[in-house]
Amino acid sequence: MQAVGLTTLRSYRQMGISARLAIGGALLLALVIVVGLISLSLGPVDISVGDVAWIVLSALGFDTPEFGRTEQLVIEQIRLPRIIVVAIAAGFTGLFFLALPLFAFAGAIAAAFLVYGIAVVGGHFSMATLLLAGVAVNAFLGAIVSAIIIFLPDNELLREVLFWLAGGLDARAWEHVRIATPLIVGSTAVLLLMSRDLNLMMLGDDEARSMGVRVGVTRVALLATAALATGAAVAVSGTIAFVGLVIPHVLRLVLGPDNRVLIPMSALGGAVFVMAADTVARMVIEPAEIRVGILTAFVGAPFFIFLLIKNKRQVYSL
Amino acid sequence: MTMNGDSPASVDARAVSFGVEAKTLLDSVDMRAERGQFVGLIGPNGAGKSTLLRTLSGVLRNQEGTVWLEGADLQSMPARDVAAMLALVPQIAPYTQGFTAFELVLMGRYPHLGRFQVEGETDDRIAKAAMRLTETEEFETRTLDTLSGGERQRVFLARALAQQPRILLLDEPTSNLDVLHQLTILGLVRKLVDEGLTAIAAIHDLNLAARYFDRLVLISEGRVLTEGRPEEVLTPETIESAFGVRAAVYRDPVTDALAISLIGPAQGDGVAPPDRAAAGQNGMSSASRR
Repeated sequence: MQAVGLTTLRSYRQMGISARLAIGGALLLALVIVVGLISLSLGPVDISVGDVAWIVLSALGFDTPEFGRTEQLVIEQIRLPRIIVVAIAAGFTGLFFLALPLFAFAGAIAAAFLVYGIAVVGGHFSMATLLLAGVAVNAFLGAIVSAIIIFLPDNELLREVLFWLAGGLDARAWEHVRIATPLIVGSTAVLLLMSRDLNLMMLGDDEARSMGVRVGVTRVALLATAALATGAAVAVSGTIAFVGLVIPHVLRLVLGPDNRVLIPMSALGGAVFVMAADTVARMVIEPAEIRVGILTAFVGAPFFIFLLIKNKRQVYSL
Repeated sequence: MTMNGDSPASVDARAVSFGVEAKTLLDSVDMRAERGQFVGLIGPNGAGKSTLLRTLSGVLRNQEGTVWLEGADLQSMPARDVAAMLALVPQIAPYTQGFTAFELVLMGRYPHLGRFQVEGETDDRIAKAAMRLTETEEFETRTLDTLSGGERQRVFLARALAQQPRILLLDEPTSNLDVLHQLTILGLVRKLVDEGLTAIAAIHDLNLAARYFDRLVLISEGRVLTEGRPEEVLTPETIESAFGVRAAVYRDPVTDALAISLIGPAQGDGVAPPDRAAAGQNGMSSASRR
């Protein structure tokens, strides 16, 4: 079984870029649809997967058989926006930029450039410094957030802030979809256009430069785009931990390091993962909800550590 | 030193200086490579060979002087145009997480592809041909972290060839290679040079330097000490002044190439020469370094 899996993976890795994108994309998109329909059908109002499919199709403007008004309302106004927020936000929610929704974009970009600025002090970029600067800035901003929470005047506000910090997808409406979609889809497209440069930059700055990549400009552009997308995602979903760390790394072990494949596949894979996590979070202790951010961290962190220890070498060196 | 007739030199560096903070690594270096020439950079560790190669490739920006590539000022050229014309093979081929050798070689097509383009069959063919030339086809589906240093170095040469450059810069291309591949790789570059490529390589092994290159440039402490044909540059006097090593230079009776025997460090002359040199006085014994 394992041998068959490895052979399949090996031949996948050897396909051309278009084939890898088409096959990986089709598989993950199918998963997005299946998990999405299941997620839509589950909830306090019981709706069959079949009805869900008809309601979604009719919302898209197709001719469909009759279904109940209540079901339609529940799907279109409550569950669908939530699911779409989940799906589009998911690829990008792994970074821990802490800023309240209104200022999320500005905050994300400011934090990103603060971290980057520290990492390039002295004119030389260093990955280790970047990570450490990220940890330090995160701790600093975290302290500010703690201070704000402690001095919050009333408990209602306190609850709201804590809920958002734990990452949650309840009560998401079409408004949230409208805010986040263009920013996230646009950023993803820009990242895709820069993904080949990113591949070369993984070999080191000098290597990339000698191959004709404008390293400084490209890095700043990548950072700004990623910060924008992350800011948009966090603004509508709160901080849902570990998705952005786990999903790309897992897919990387399976699909290889080519960012041209990895970026779109991570967006789809993240969508599947968060939709599934969100469904579980809604269903386990009905009618209460576990915060989805807590769930993803609970599942994601140990799984990631497990992968690092157990499988890394084996799967890498296909 | 100036213009010679119709076509400009492939590489023409004039009074190039480069320093980091207070330390001068290149001090007003002049060097030139004509089209179809194989030029070797020799000199002790820290002489500035790698720095010069990185400056010629545009990876480092020289603070003074000008590098002309085929008559165009390097610093005013877009990075992509430089990469489409010139390739650099690094001394230490970086590890990358998970890329296969073929994926790496295919990256050599980067400067030839537009932002919205993906690699096509032509690019695949060029990459495969480059791997055949460097005898790295067998590594095609292996990831770089599973290759040895020398194997990886050859894969990086394959990538440089996939770039289809007119100028090839190599930083100690033989440093990690076994003796067979030292000969085949230098032989390959020599052949490509005979077909019109211009190549500049830093090299430590003076015997290989004597055998494969058209011209040598001897660098020490960031300056050009001397340059010319191998037999002009590799004399016992220049070797002693640049490397501090006593050497004998002669025609190898077997290969008929210029050969250098390193006898021992010049300092402490006559007093206790290190181990093997004492026995090696027949001039034939230790032709290679170390």
